[in-house]
Amino acid sequence: MAELEKIEASDRVYSLNLGPQHPSTHGVLRIVLDLDGEYIIKADPVIGYGHRGHEKMGENRPYKQFLPNTSRMDYLSGMLFNHGFVLAVEKLVGIKVPERAKYIRVIASELNRISSHLLWFGTYLMDLGGFTPFLYAFDDREQILDILDSITGSRLTYSYCRFGGVSRDVDLKFIEMTRAFLKRMEKRWADYDSLVTKNVIFIHRTRDVGVIDRELARQYGVTGPNLRACGVAFDVRRSEPYEVYDRLDFEIPTGTKGDALDRYDVRFKEMQQSCRIIDQALDQLPEGEFLTPKVPQKLGPPKGEVYTAFESARGLTAYYMVSDGSPGPYRCHIRVPSFGNLNALNDVLPGTLVADAISILGSIDVVIPEIDR
Amino acid sequence: MGYFKDIIDGGLSLIEGMGVTARRLFQPLITVQYPRKKIPLSSAYRGHIELKIFEETGTHKCIVCLNCEKTCPSGVIRVQGEKQKEKGPKTLTGYVIDFSKCSLCGLCVEICPTSTLEYSREYELVGDTGADCVFDLMLRLAKQVEQREEKKKTQGIAA
Ligand code: SF4
Ligand code: SF4
Repeated sequence: MAELEKIEASDRVYSLNLGPQHPSTHGVLRIVLDLDGEYIIKADPVIGYGHRGHEKMGENRPYKQFLPNTSRMDYLSGMLFNHGFVLAVEKLVGIKVPERAKYIRVIASELNRISSHLLWFGTYLMDLGGFTPFLYAFDDREQILDILDSITGSRLTYSYCRFGGVSRDVDLKFIEMTRAFLKRMEKRWADYDSLVTKNVIFIHRTRDVGVIDRELARQYGVTGPNLRACGVAFDVRRSEPYEVYDRLDFEIPTGTKGDALDRYDVRFKEMQQSCRIIDQALDQLPEGEFLTPKVPQKLGPPKGEVYTAFESARGLTAYYMVSDGSPGPYRCHIRVPSFGNLNALNDVLPGTLVADAISILGSIDVVIPEIDR
Repeated sequence: MGYFKDIIDGGLSLIEGMGVTARRLFQPLITVQYPRKKIPLSSAYRGHIELKIFEETGTHKCIVCLNCEKTCPSGVIRVQGEKQKEKGPKTLTGYVIDFSKCSLCGLCVEICPTSTLEYSREYELVGDTGADCVFDLMLRLAKQVEQREEKKKTQGIAA
């Protein structure tokens, strides 16, 4: 540290704007880097370029009209955000959800989680300079988008969940497509292993790079795969099971060191676990209604507040809403995981190379519109 | 010793990776050459909304209740109706949507009491100005009705 301070005092310090229009910042993120040669002395992420006022929008309209907004915050896991919002409102109003709808939601959410991780997988390796895996990952992701398209009618902004169920039932074709996808992925994991996980260049660029240890993770509120990579097996699906996650058997993959390689490993294994969850959920999928018919058009929840946490692809996400009895929330706040994950960079980046900064930024998998919202 | 082992192990890992791409070389192409080839749309596809034509009446069933206009989160829909007689229901005279603002949530389709709204299956909707995204659904409906009648006529002649 003393060495770093000496450098800071010298006039060799060079300020570099990484972003906001840089392909490797995944969205409109700017990081102000103070450099000494190729080494980073200070890093300061600047956020807010894509602020659209989603929370405020939530407050000036009825609950139902906020549904389309939810999939536009984290556009890579729109289904999960959508799912979380209906969970919160159902808890607030007290709506019962049919069993079949619960399973459909879980299947759709896990599919979305895999697609989000696959996109991260592709773009992360592209950040590191490997173009081929990107194409493979997008091929697989395309299968998921097709499956979700067949039930929701949309590829990214699903807006599929409704209070008390989902907007459209799944049919046999959907189940067939999903089973075929699971079967296909069994082979693909091995391909990815030989293509990337064992690749010597990849290992050298990620091992011991960007270590986020437990203490740092705790200080910044890092959650999701980034937290699990440092050995803390915290997952909302396990610690506070919602929907039917308590009936499904899955593991929570963890790492040891919390470096970029561990984060990669955790996400990679998580995709396989999601496949397991989908497989079981398809087996258990009961017959019945997919939407409760008794939900009124205008919701009038009692006065009170609700806080519902769920596990999105990037970590612990939560909706906090205060109701004053009117058809819309008085206060609508969303806790997003990327905010904590990104700010850990303040402490992780100093002392590393610029090239590693790209690797680290990619490995923590942030979605900027979710932070700016 | 470790140095050479690293080189050999690393080299092998690269060759293994290349094996995956080499195998891929002999698998069928997955690229679809749009616009020469097109993928069929899914049955649930959500395009912009349009008025449905009902077989029994040959037109829409809109009763100008304005539910869709009120529920739309983005303020896309403008419905106009007129009373033709002193008493009695309104009839639809204008239905205009500004598709550039539509979030394709489907709330309007779900709330319509007569189920007269549906998603169109059009997706090639590029325009030069914002005005190109404003659709007059009554005009669209009239065209569709015309087309249907012509089709019926030609079919009738053929039969
Ligand atoms: S789909 Fe949603 S945004 Fe579009 S017109 Fe209907 S209600 Fe409005
Ligand atoms: S909700 Fe249906 S019936 Fe009512 S105005 Fe809209 S299109 Fe017409």
